[in-house]
Amino acid sequence: MGMIGLTILSGFIFVAIFAPYIAPYDPSQVFLAQFLRPPSWQHFFGTNEAGQDLFSQVIYGTRASLTVGFAASLIATAVGTLVGIFAGYYSGLIREFLMRLTDFFIVIPSLVLMIVLAAIIGGGLTSIILAIGLVGWTGTARIVMSQTLSVRQHAFIEASRTSGAGDFYILRSHILPNVMPVAFAQTVLVVANSILYESVLTFLGLGNPNQVTWGQILQFAFTSGAVTVAWWYVVPPGLSIMLVVLAFSLTGYSLDEIFNPRVRKI
Amino acid sequence: MAEALLEVDNLRTYYRTQHGPLKAVDGVSFSLKRGEILGLVGESGCGKTTLALSVVRLLPPSAQIMSGEVTLEGQEIVGLSEKQMKDIRWKKVSIIFQGALNSLNPVMPVKEQIAEAILAHENASKSDVEDRIDRLFNAVGLEPSRKGNFPHEFSGGMKQRVMIAMALACNPGLVIADEPTTALDLIVQYQILDLMRNLRDKLRISMILITHDLSVIAELCDKVAVMYAGKMVEFGDIFEIFEKPKHPYTQALLNSIPKLQGAKTRLTYIPGSVPDLTGPVPACRFHGRCPYGQKLCTEVEPKIEPVTGDHLVACHFWRDIEKR
Amino acid sequence: MVSIAYATRKITGLLVTIFLVLTFNFYLFRIVPGNPFALLFRGAGLSANAVRSLNAQFGLDQPLWIQYVVYLRNTLTGNLGLSFQTRTPVTDMILPALINTVILLSAASIISIILGILIGILTAWRRGSKIDVGASATTLVLYSMPTFWLGLVLLVMGVIYFKLPVAGMRSFSGVAPGTIGQLIDLGRHMILPLLTLVLGLVGQYVLVMKGALLDVFTEDFMVTAKAKGISNRKLLWDHGFRNAVLPMVALVALNLGLSIGGAVQTETVFSWPGMGLLIYQAILSRDYPVLQGSFLVVTVAVIIANFVADMLYPILDPRVSET
Repeated sequence: MGMIGLTILSGFIFVAIFAPYIAPYDPSQVFLAQFLRPPSWQHFFGTNEAGQDLFSQVIYGTRASLTVGFAASLIATAVGTLVGIFAGYYSGLIREFLMRLTDFFIVIPSLVLMIVLAAIIGGGLTSIILAIGLVGWTGTARIVMSQTLSVRQHAFIEASRTSGAGDFYILRSHILPNVMPVAFAQTVLVVANSILYESVLTFLGLGNPNQVTWGQILQFAFTSGAVTVAWWYVVPPGLSIMLVVLAFSLTGYSLDEIFNPRVRKI
Repeated sequence: MAEALLEVDNLRTYYRTQHGPLKAVDGVSFSLKRGEILGLVGESGCGKTTLALSVVRLLPPSAQIMSGEVTLEGQEIVGLSEKQMKDIRWKKVSIIFQGALNSLNPVMPVKEQIAEAILAHENASKSDVEDRIDRLFNAVGLEPSRKGNFPHEFSGGMKQRVMIAMALACNPGLVIADEPTTALDLIVQYQILDLMRNLRDKLRISMILITHDLSVIAELCDKVAVMYAGKMVEFGDIFEIFEKPKHPYTQALLNSIPKLQGAKTRLTYIPGSVPDLTGPVPACRFHGRCPYGQKLCTEVEPKIEPVTGDHLVACHFWRDIEKR
Repeated sequence: MVSIAYATRKITGLLVTIFLVLTFNFYLFRIVPGNPFALLFRGAGLSANAVRSLNAQFGLDQPLWIQYVVYLRNTLTGNLGLSFQTRTPVTDMILPALINTVILLSAASIISIILGILIGILTAWRRGSKIDVGASATTLVLYSMPTFWLGLVLLVMGVIYFKLPVAGMRSFSGVAPGTIGQLIDLGRHMILPLLTLVLGLVGQYVLVMKGALLDVFTEDFMVTAKAKGISNRKLLWDHGFRNAVLPMVALVALNLGLSIGGAVQTETVFSWPGMGLLIYQAILSRDYPVLQGSFLVVTVAVIIANFVADMLYPILDPRVSET
């Protein structure tokens, strides 16, 4: 399962890196008198309402879609891991506060909060990255916290403390290494989610019209009204999103089985 | 009158596993009279629970009765359809499982759980059912006013009483109790055993008491069957077994109980462990842990033979062994 | 049923959370970089006077803490401000939209839950069969698509193959007179958005139901129940289902936040006049009062729904109401 996922993923990453060599045309190049043409040999995915080649757009879109996904999940994982580690390691008020904070963010509807954040920060891909990162950390936080809690019980932590090691040292050299595998497995799923959320947020108009991502292509498809007449406008970008997310999910679940002791099938 | 309530004849129940069939019960035979309490004793994994489940035909999907007969009140059970079994279950034989902690549905009031057992077998009116539950509660020493409570509102001992009350709801002729006291405190244990004895005396119910605890057997049972690795190695009247055990395993079991009276002796234990029942086993299953093992024990399986009347044993050399 | 201590704890939690949301909502919108009007009329060159009068009109020239108190007072009396775009009270815009979203989401949730339960039971009963594997694969695939894209695909198919209406809640013409005609019309408009939402939600319910049932089947009390000789139907429903449904209910409560996300996307694609569409339009026009009001209403609605679920849960699971 995981192998299939990894293969698909590598495929997409390859496309993203080598986009300029794979795409037949420049995505913004306009082909006069070729508006909304269905797929053909010259244009594998057809053209959009501005006469641009959709195949090239989807190829190039891989870059931004994946980049935003990775960047957002980086923030989310970082925040989540920090919150999780501190909540698990310290007790009393700090833990209470961090747990309540996490619960608070879980209760608020994620997408709506992301929309609001992205709109407030001003729109564009950076705001989307920030919005996703600042909202999507809760899953990681929970998992990291429970892992930290269980690592903390181990005797060697006590031994370390009695021999005078400071908190930061313990956190850095004992807790962190034991928590990273679980956090890593979680990250993969976070990336999948981030890519999904990015597509939604750009579709809703919070992206940058000059930056092509899959969600952005779909946004144009929808707002231009071309949706009902041009299925080729709609299908490829969405299919790409679906395949990438699927690939990440498959990989993530396999990793989860390896790294997360609780999930391992008996 | 003296006819057998339950007869088990050469019962074999195997589990399907990845490593081949697990012969949990491999040719066990015994009989039980009305009003008798039979103690089924042996280590964990010896097949006692599987035997009990076979009698009520409640085996998990991976297990199957391969051969043999089980006759309850003159009726052959092994060949019955599931529908026919549903009629018999609880009415003729009921079962109390070990660890009453989780044996009751947590989201249903206790009264409803008993009521559904009754209503599955007879058309009783609502007030009839209520009365019966009240009487059952009184019989087991519980306050009838608590019958509307949920299982988690009872203590361990009280839950066990509820289980007993439920088991008696349809006036079965046979009650099977699988480790009924294992999860309980000592004092509560004796209360439950006391209760069971009273119920047997008053209601003339037969019981099969499954346990690994010999002291429980001593308290309550009329007859004892000793099981080891899927086989029955000794059977007899309780005094016979306790005073004149003939099988080395039985002797070892009895020896490992610390005695309060008499000379101080070393506590003995039985070295080794139970054989893996999916692989090849020695002809006598106990061989390897038995202090008297001989070459014959690896070649020929000992048959059940009578010592005196009801007392049966399966060992080649029981005549030669003196109780230590 | 529910102990006083439990109810008190939950109600206190509810009030505290709502208060925190109110405060959070306030500060969130105050960190907008730059003047909201400058953003709104980007490049339109507002004079300083115009900016000042707009600020005064919307109360943006007061010190922060005064704004906060005013905000609290207004919100708690139902005044959510005026829309930047239309100058009408935000509350008047939200109320009808909220009702429409509730209609859509409730219908979708109910259908998803029922389908989830049925398919969950089926896949648990026939574990490992083709139906089971097929269901799991379908769930995974559905989960990997963005809801709005699923909506778009269904929209295209709906228009081309089924001649279904794809925008709004009602047709303007060609509707048979009378309530039945109107209901049918409403129904036809609901089909595609409902389908989109249900497909997005049902997968999780199936998984949880199946998992819960499989867990329950292995419990001791199931064997006891079977030993009593009760009918198979009673066994499955009174014992199996009544216990397996507990994690389902917990999931429904948890899922409310996520289903709002799905609703926003679906309403946008199908122009269903609910909160989702309202938010979408507010994004396009950077209408902050509407955004702020919508965010608040939606979040509080989810919190209250969670609270209701919390209060109902002890009825299903009597073990829970103890402190």
